[in-house]
Amino acid sequence: MAELMYWEAIRRAHDEEMARDPLVIAMGEDIGVAGGTYKATQGLYDKYGPERIIDTPISENGYTGVGIGASFLGVRPVIEIMSVNFAWLALDQIANSAAKVRYMSGGQLTAPVVVRTPGGTAHQLGAQHSARMEKVFMGIAGLRVVTPSTPKQAYGLLKAGIRCNDPVLINEHELMYNMKGDVPDAEYFHPLEGSDIARPGKDVTLFGYNISVHWCLQAAEILASQHGISAEVIDLYSLSPLDRAGIADSISKTHRAIVVEEAEAIVGVGSEVMAIINETCFYELDTAPVRVSAAHVPIPFNHTLEKAAIPNANDVVKAVLVMFGKA
Amino acid sequence: MSQLTTADKKRLLRNMLYARRFEERCYEAYVERKIGGFLHLYPGQEACAHGVIEAARPGHDYVITGYRDHVHAILCGAPPKEVMAELFGKETGSSKGRGGSMHIFDVAHRFMGGYALVGGPFPLAVGIAKGIKLKGGDEISMCFLGDAANNQGSFHESLNMAKVWELPVLFVCENNLYGIGTRIDRSTAVLDQYKRVCGYDMPSNQVDGQDIDIVYAAAQEAIEHVRSGKGPYFLELMTYRYRGHSMSDSNAYRAKEEEQEWNKRDPIYILRDRLIAAGELTADEYSDLDKDILQEIETDAIKYSEESPEPKIEDLEKYVLAENDPYVHGGPK
Ligand SMILES: Cc1ncc(C[n+]2csc(CCOP(=O)(O)OP(=O)(O)O)c2C)c(N)n1
Ligand SMILES: [Mg+2]
Repeated sequence: MAELMYWEAIRRAHDEEMARDPLVIAMGEDIGVAGGTYKATQGLYDKYGPERIIDTPISENGYTGVGIGASFLGVRPVIEIMSVNFAWLALDQIANSAAKVRYMSGGQLTAPVVVRTPGGTAHQLGAQHSARMEKVFMGIAGLRVVTPSTPKQAYGLLKAGIRCNDPVLINEHELMYNMKGDVPDAEYFHPLEGSDIARPGKDVTLFGYNISVHWCLQAAEILASQHGISAEVIDLYSLSPLDRAGIADSISKTHRAIVVEEAEAIVGVGSEVMAIINETCFYELDTAPVRVSAAHVPIPFNHTLEKAAIPNANDVVKAVLVMFGKA
Repeated sequence: MSQLTTADKKRLLRNMLYARRFEERCYEAYVERKIGGFLHLYPGQEACAHGVIEAARPGHDYVITGYRDHVHAILCGAPPKEVMAELFGKETGSSKGRGGSMHIFDVAHRFMGGYALVGGPFPLAVGIAKGIKLKGGDEISMCFLGDAANNQGSFHESLNMAKVWELPVLFVCENNLYGIGTRIDRSTAVLDQYKRVCGYDMPSNQVDGQDIDIVYAAAQEAIEHVRSGKGPYFLELMTYRYRGHSMSDSNAYRAKEEEQEWNKRDPIYILRDRLIAAGELTADEYSDLDKDILQEIETDAIKYSEESPEPKIEDLEKYVLAENDPYVHGGPK
């Protein structure tokens, strides 16, 4: 077990897959000679050359489509979009080409691409660099959406995403690239479906994904040590499909649900998880589920306002205490 | 450059006439409500696809196009009865009834699909060319789209990438002067589409798209360029569609005089008359050929489509995602 940073784990996955299969390529803005905005492909240009580590022009929809077209011939492109905000421009190719081609060709063609992109709010990047788009991708049939919360997941999800025959969108996070964590030394493929129990508990389930898993874990620690509440943390690393069975299992144990998301509540992960709870285990609930979500605003530049727009561990603690009548 | 022999020309005449009658039969089936949805027909433009694909290696080279795709698919080798069955929405259709008229696919014959978003196939074609280059084959990627598609950003993004990476892709622009009801001069600053690609330092050409001999010669030159590794090429073919844009289009925006002028330059009649003048074909032979084709479409494509089953409702969610992919569950055990 080696301790790697999130970016190093992603880089390792690229490197291993590219060494194994000459049809694995990576493409994106500044990923080659410059080494990648978040170093996810650092050093790989020298190792694999310009035909396989491709510096693209600033044409998000165009180069995403190029990756998709290449994947029709068995190429396995890992397409990096520098910031999820720019993925709006690539939505045509992601949604209309990659996600639909298997269906509308009656299973003849598939687009086994990976689209990796950091999607979250960092520090004072302003409204046009702070979007969270997972809710948009989750609604697209034919597209898998995963979101790693740890270096191990970042490594294993990318490895599995490259090998999988479906298009896979990997939602990363700008604030997480330097996070450290253990990654197995042996090759490892993280499942693309399901959920992980990040911390077992019995009184309430905190559902998180990507960065919000960490808020949930911090909150669970505070709740255990200061309030005697045992919170279970479920890591929804797969946002599409969501793990209906895993969600229901946890609720059947704790009977209480709080969904914690970095994005706005409206048509989001929380609304979807709550709907799944309603559909699968409503009568297991002791109380109404609650969402801890971002304010429904374009993310402000001002530091204080920005912090106020995005939830944190304290907000999760508060929500739990309210639920238990302790605040 | 090779010349078309008389036998080639006769075969092409038959194929073009077949394409014309096939499309007209689609029209009838649509009126009979056997075909639903959007339906974009090809009459008037036959020499474009036939001339270019004749100069390529169908089934070996990759072809991708927009929604006006039936004829391109057939020319790559898609069985016409499967194309027709797709329009009927049947399980036996090219795309198992899941695609429809605008989404014919026949990947075994390297027809990589019809796509309905105007401009969507441009980057896909470039990507196919990238795949060819990575795999080291001698195939080329061919992208057939209309004039109005060139006003999409994807056109410019794709031409740029094709050139920067020197990829084996041929862009064929079938310039029929209209994007639905908007005439090219009302939407497009530069009318000659081949001039627009000079910004990408790409060789290009513009020729008469109604005369298959001319199309074939220009396509040979273009394909030779692309196949020999010299990078992308843009070929503009001046043509005209006889019918409305789709079945829901009355065509009211076009002047009758303009239509009449183009009718005089029918691609099928140009070739037919050339063969008759050369003493290679008689008017009777031509009309027998026509009857033969009409018969064939009925007994082959239409009968097959009518008798084929619908997809099963239980299969509604089939083909959304790969089935039994081990990497979904952590890799092969
Ligand atoms: C992105 C997008 N915008 C608009 C449309 C509607 N639309 C379908 S075909 C068409 C005109 C395209 O004309 P052209 O590219 O010249 O091809 P043609 O139909 O003449 O063969 C339009 C506007 C569409 N399908 N996709
Ligand atoms: Mg047109």
